[in-house]
Amino acid sequence: MVYVIRRLLQALFLALVMSFLVFAGIFAVGNPVDILIDPDATQAERARLIAQLGLDRPFHQQYFIFLGNVLQGDFGNSFVYNRPALGLILERMPATLELAFAAIMIAVVLGIPLGLYAGLRHGSVGSQAIMAGSILGFSVPNFWQAIILIMVFSVALGWFPVSGRGEVGEFLGIRSSLFTLNGLHHIALPAINLAVGHLALVIRLARSGTREVQAQDFIRFARAKGLSESRIVLVHILRNILIPIVTLVGMSFGGLIAFAVVTETIFAWPGMGKLIIDSIRLLDRPVVVAYLIVIVVIFIILNLLVDLLYSLIDPRIRLDGARQ
Amino acid sequence: MRLLEIDDLQTHFFTSGGVVKAVDGVSYGVDRGEVLAVVGESGSGKSVTGLSVMGLIDAPGRVVGGSIRFQGREIANLRSAEMRRLRGARIAMIFQDPMMTLNPVLRIDTQMVETILAHQDMGRAEAWAKARDTLGRVGIPSPDERMRAWPHQFSGGMRQRVAIAIALLNKPDLIIADEPTTALDVTIQAQILHLMQGLVEQDGTGLVWITHDLSVVAGFADRVAVMYAGEIVEAARTDDLIDAPRHPYSRGLIGSVPSRNRRGARLAQIPGGAPPALDRPEGCRFAPRCSFRTHGCEKLQVLRDGVRCWRAGDLPPFAAALTGTAS
Ligand SMILES: Nc1ncnc2c1ncn2[C@@H]1O[C@H](COP(=O)(O)OP(=O)(O)O)[C@@H](O)[C@H]1O
Ligand SMILES: [Mg+2]
Repeated sequence: MVYVIRRLLQALFLALVMSFLVFAGIFAVGNPVDILIDPDATQAERARLIAQLGLDRPFHQQYFIFLGNVLQGDFGNSFVYNRPALGLILERMPATLELAFAAIMIAVVLGIPLGLYAGLRHGSVGSQAIMAGSILGFSVPNFWQAIILIMVFSVALGWFPVSGRGEVGEFLGIRSSLFTLNGLHHIALPAINLAVGHLALVIRLARSGTREVQAQDFIRFARAKGLSESRIVLVHILRNILIPIVTLVGMSFGGLIAFAVVTETIFAWPGMGKLIIDSIRLLDRPVVVAYLIVIVVIFIILNLLVDLLYSLIDPRIRLDGARQ
Repeated sequence: MRLLEIDDLQTHFFTSGGVVKAVDGVSYGVDRGEVLAVVGESGSGKSVTGLSVMGLIDAPGRVVGGSIRFQGREIANLRSAEMRRLRGARIAMIFQDPMMTLNPVLRIDTQMVETILAHQDMGRAEAWAKARDTLGRVGIPSPDERMRAWPHQFSGGMRQRVAIAIALLNKPDLIIADEPTTALDVTIQAQILHLMQGLVEQDGTGLVWITHDLSVVAGFADRVAVMYAGEIVEAARTDDLIDAPRHPYSRGLIGSVPSRNRRGARLAQIPGGAPPALDRPEGCRFAPRCSFRTHGCEKLQVLRDGVRCWRAGDLPPFAAALTGTAS
């Protein structure tokens, strides 16, 4: 419990530091008045608006006002949509979350067995093919993969739609396009596109983990106990290689959400990434700030989850930090 | 019919540097209820011999010759499914480093119960109770609680007790213990030794006790096989070997053990080191380090009458030889 509270306090502190950095960064970018105000406005009108927005106050005062508003969930209104920025982002979040989730599932569900195989059958043709494929997955740029996927599977073969999100279904109170066939049909290509790099990473981690664990004495002991090969692989080896993979998945989930921008743009996926690109282009500051803060919070939550998951998988890491 | 009979075993590793003949014509046997100590310096092939019996030699290694008979049945090249049925059930093995032999991410009960269920048709609850009883039998206090603990919550000695309990779970006929006390403190060593002795006596289990430390052998093993560079150089009853070792290498080993009756005497170390596995001398492999070496030692040596030294009959009595090697 002490551990959880300490982690939460750390997370809060981190969020505070990040909010300051985000604010300072945006502050440094420039004066929004130039965009907001009609160039023909008089000097008096200008001064009135500056005062109204609080831009005449010193930096630290502005920051505390900003912080106070943020704590009340108020990130200001989008200049473009004239609606609360946070609402805009939260509206798009499910689409991005489900895309990232689908990509992670693809990476893990394919990556772990492929990596296990490559590690266990090290040096075999199959193993070498998998490793060659993973290098390809690493090195081919994301946007290029996306275009190839679209050209082959949408345009030439016509198997998948070119862009957009499908119908949304509801299951256990969660609304997601993963719950309808049409939705799955739409998400397949973008999810694969987003997954490829991480799939390659999971394969590599699973493979190197397998090779490392395989050489350990406890595996030899497990074999000396007469366990079946499948139990040794699926319980003794898998449980050990899951530790680095859980870290990777937790860390990259944040990354996927933050950087799904390319995929969302190419596939016209109506998620946060596409919104943020549009907002940056239109200098929609409240949306950009809200987006950055949301991403920071997501990262912090994911970190926390990864740590908690860790202690479930690896008994040596105790939640209370005590070692017996 | 002996419990285990190894005959002229050859286990080689086909490495890029050449063929490592880790085990090069080893023969030894164990009966039910008997303790055989396999002694020799590190690298002499003791572990590889044990692993060959277990069918646990991995590529690039392979058993290339000889026979391993277990209860009269040839098991040297058994199909893997059949070998798996023997492993952990009829033949169990314990390894050196108790910190490394238990899977760190699985609870003790998981690692014990799976060993039972791999070999016996039994309910999970029954297997759990049996595992707990075995844990108690190897002297682990409050076994009910300890069953639910993780390996890192045990000390080294306690972990080795857990490994021993796992080895005992399916009531094996033979246990191969590969330096099980080497990584432990001296006092814990003595406890484990005592425990094992009691257990094999009760169950009539055959025990192969691999060690590089001759001092643990006296009063524990019935017989000793001394290994050097992939070969057995001497095999004898323990008392005979300790009182009157016949091979110069055995003499050197015994001369280097601190003992009560020779207290204060200088400990003799055998000069030099074992030859590299890829570049062994022709003829007697011990010759380069042997103080009795003469013309004729470059001939191939065979194990005759329990000793692999053509001069064994001519050597001076052991006590005199001791001062000879020490000087
Ligand atoms: N996987 C392997 N590849 C190559 N050589 C090996 C391998 N395993 C063991 N050996 C060789 O076999 C010889 C005997 O090793 P081992 O049986 O472990 O010795 P001991 O147990 O007596 O200390 C050593 O020379 C070692 O180099
Ligand atoms: Mg060894």
